[in-house]
Amino acid sequence: MRNRRIRRAAPSPHPHPHPHPSSSVPERRRTVHSGGLPLAVFEQGDPADPTVILVHGYPDTHVVWDDVAAELAADHHVVRYDVRGAGESGVPHSRAGYRLELLGADLFAVADAVSPDAPVHVVAHDWGSVQSWEAVTAPGAEQRIVSYTTMSGPSLDHLGHWIRHRMRRPTPRHVKQLLVQGAHSWYITAFHLPFLAPATWRLWLARAWPRVLRDLEEVTERPGHPQATLKQDAVRGIELYRANMRPTLRNPRERPTEVPVQLVTLARDHYVGEFLSEGLERWVPRLTRRTVNATHWSALLEQGPVVAGLVRDFVARTAAGEVQGPPDDGRLVVITGAGSGIGRATALAFAERGAALALADLDLPSAQRTAELCELVGGRATAYLLDVSDGAAVDAFAQQVAAAHGVPDVVVNNAGIGHSGTFLQTTEKEWQRVLDVNLWGVIHGCRAFGTLMTERGQGGHIVNLASAAAYLPSKVLAAYATSKAAVLMLSECLGAELAPHGIRVSAICPGIVNTNITRTSTFSGLTPAEQAAKQQRVSRMYARRGFPPEKVAAEILRAVRTGKPVVPVTFEAKAARLLGRLSPALLRRAARLNVG
Amino acid sequence: MPRFPYDDRDLDRFRETQQLAYHCAEQVAAWIEPGVTERQATAELRRCLVAAGVQDFFHVPFAWFGDRTAFRHFHTPLQFFAGNRRLAEGMPYVLDCAPIVDGYTADIGYGGKVGDNPIWDRLAADLQVYRELILREVRARRPLDEVYAAVDAQIAAHGYDNRHRVYPGRVIGHQVTRTSARGPAGVNVFGFGVRTLQTLGRELISERLHGRSPLWADGRSSRHAPTPGLWAVEPHIGFREVGIKFEELLVVTEDDAYWLDDDLPHVRRWTRQKETAR
Repeated sequence: MRNRRIRRAAPSPHPHPHPHPSSSVPERRRTVHSGGLPLAVFEQGDPADPTVILVHGYPDTHVVWDDVAAELAADHHVVRYDVRGAGESGVPHSRAGYRLELLGADLFAVADAVSPDAPVHVVAHDWGSVQSWEAVTAPGAEQRIVSYTTMSGPSLDHLGHWIRHRMRRPTPRHVKQLLVQGAHSWYITAFHLPFLAPATWRLWLARAWPRVLRDLEEVTERPGHPQATLKQDAVRGIELYRANMRPTLRNPRERPTEVPVQLVTLARDHYVGEFLSEGLERWVPRLTRRTVNATHWSALLEQGPVVAGLVRDFVARTAAGEVQGPPDDGRLVVITGAGSGIGRATALAFAERGAALALADLDLPSAQRTAELCELVGGRATAYLLDVSDGAAVDAFAQQVAAAHGVPDVVVNNAGIGHSGTFLQTTEKEWQRVLDVNLWGVIHGCRAFGTLMTERGQGGHIVNLASAAAYLPSKVLAAYATSKAAVLMLSECLGAELAPHGIRVSAICPGIVNTNITRTSTFSGLTPAEQAAKQQRVSRMYARRGFPPEKVAAEILRAVRTGKPVVPVTFEAKAARLLGRLSPALLRRAARLNVG
Repeated sequence: MPRFPYDDRDLDRFRETQQLAYHCAEQVAAWIEPGVTERQATAELRRCLVAAGVQDFFHVPFAWFGDRTAFRHFHTPLQFFAGNRRLAEGMPYVLDCAPIVDGYTADIGYGGKVGDNPIWDRLAADLQVYRELILREVRARRPLDEVYAAVDAQIAAHGYDNRHRVYPGRVIGHQVTRTSARGPAGVNVFGFGVRTLQTLGRELISERLHGRSPLWADGRSSRHAPTPGLWAVEPHIGFREVGIKFEELLVVTEDDAYWLDDDLPHVRRWTRQKETAR
């Protein structure tokens, strides 16, 4: 309390000019003693607002947070500090002074000094994140830390278990993950070599750092960045690696936490792979995952407002107690054709993971029903009436969604219709109808939402429902297979175009799935009575195959997680894809059969 | 088509047996609490029924707890029998029993929950639609396989899944008659009373000869108008880990159909909900 009063009376004993021109919020500097070392602490904003502590990484100082802090200071009490050995803070005498326990204690010391009465929100990057995990996973941490936003810095204990798990079960996927992460962590090994690493920083790297940031990290050069003390910070900080990496990874401790954690994955991070956070739910039951399309440093130095937005959102939601209950992954998902079949199953699968959903269908009551079910399993959903074949309507829908809920993170272009008939049987009208819904519906959806996602610049994922018919020719599915083949190719082209924006595109190719598409399929050249009988027969055949839409939904979620571009689902779809590669002629022969 | 074989006195006796069965299920439901196993629940149900004067069972009493109410991960018919699953807070449960008194058979299903379960609440409310739908379709004398398909379509529209298809023969219902067999009462083979099997076997054969089936499923053998008599109808719907059903007797006469009794727990629950909604 005493501190707080003093601060209000004399806000800044040492006025500290802010290096970033856009900032107008004054900084107040103070010193906090922790473990015998003075830590330089910098505060902005009204101390009555929620306290957010920003912890920087290596080889940075608190300056790396300039943009994020300026953005947050308007409605938060923003606190930054130079970690031990960096910037204006004290330097430990030996390597033991860089141990994680001390670094974690530093964070609590700062929290106690700047916000003695209320718990704090922590946001951390790189090594700051590694050391904040130490504090967040300390027993009883939830008393002092309300929320934790972490970027590009795993808990070394969690990482140790992650490596152990993969060494014990060396599946091809696990081995690949180990190799990829190993290749990205070469510098950590280098940091353990005596003389070499400090000499590199002293003689060359410190001077070259702005260029490294510009060329590899896409960070624009500007005055005040990097900090003037970079050379000594970088050399001293090497001890962080040497003091902690080997002992902790060798003997990882069990470190769960009750603190709600927001994991921000940086899509183009060169140092920390996305898969490092696989299975993190084991330690963090209240986990929210977000993705920012940025490199390791451009997240803070170029996209500060985006990161600040994520922090502001998470702080508000934890304050509202929303993170109690199912893990809220905070994503916004748009699904067309969500009133039944694969669309409905996908909506429910996303809802179970706590996503927010915008559900569209030509049949509004069915979309509303899906929305109700989504809310039953833990999501938030809004239903919309939409004819995907109407381009103007899709544009209006996208604008409506953006205005009401924001730009979606995932768009599933699922709406489609079935049609069976040979090429010569199929009338022009039928061709138009099939292409309007199955192809133009996807085009409209990709265009409207792809534009929004690109403009937002935070990446995303577009999922298009193609079909095994996209690569499996059949004389009786002329129009349908053509439309789906077009969707497959469209997805591949779009994927290439949107990759630089961090937006991934997946085409899902299901085989025979038991949904109502067969009950609404049309057939060329049949009377209504024959058509009804045929619908019934095909529906029964699909029901007997018995592949549920829920399994397709699970594959869609996996595709969104892994970014797999083409996903055949069901045995027959996979077999046909393989066969089409081994012997296209065989598939051409089979296309003459009267099935479908 | 055979003539409707029962008079009012018979129907009264059937109704009494059904009332008795539901009464016992409600008693067990009031007794049940977290920690109770399925076996304990069926034993209690059996004890209660026998105390009320039941002499034989069409089938042994069943109890399913938790995701077993939706028959998740059921691979063999043996999994229908009560097991060691313990009831926990928030779990749904289903009790199913079929007592026989003086040859008059009832076959009932009772769904419940302990504590709070919003998914169960929703399913329980939606179950009413199926009771009305089945009656409407049978009154229109639609073939039984088409009624089955209409129920399936409604289940799909609701976004649930059909759990009665897990029952042997995928049946949504079966005919119930006055058992007159002589075998030993109270003895069962694979959960069905010996007398039941005798009666059912006889029915199966004689009905097949007329191109009908006493079992109501979605196949070719149910492609006939509803046979006059009594049908135990048991639509069983599921969503995620929660399943619910009702089972009660439907009276089908030569030109009409009606539920044998409307004074049943689930019907009373819907009426109550309607009144509170007002």
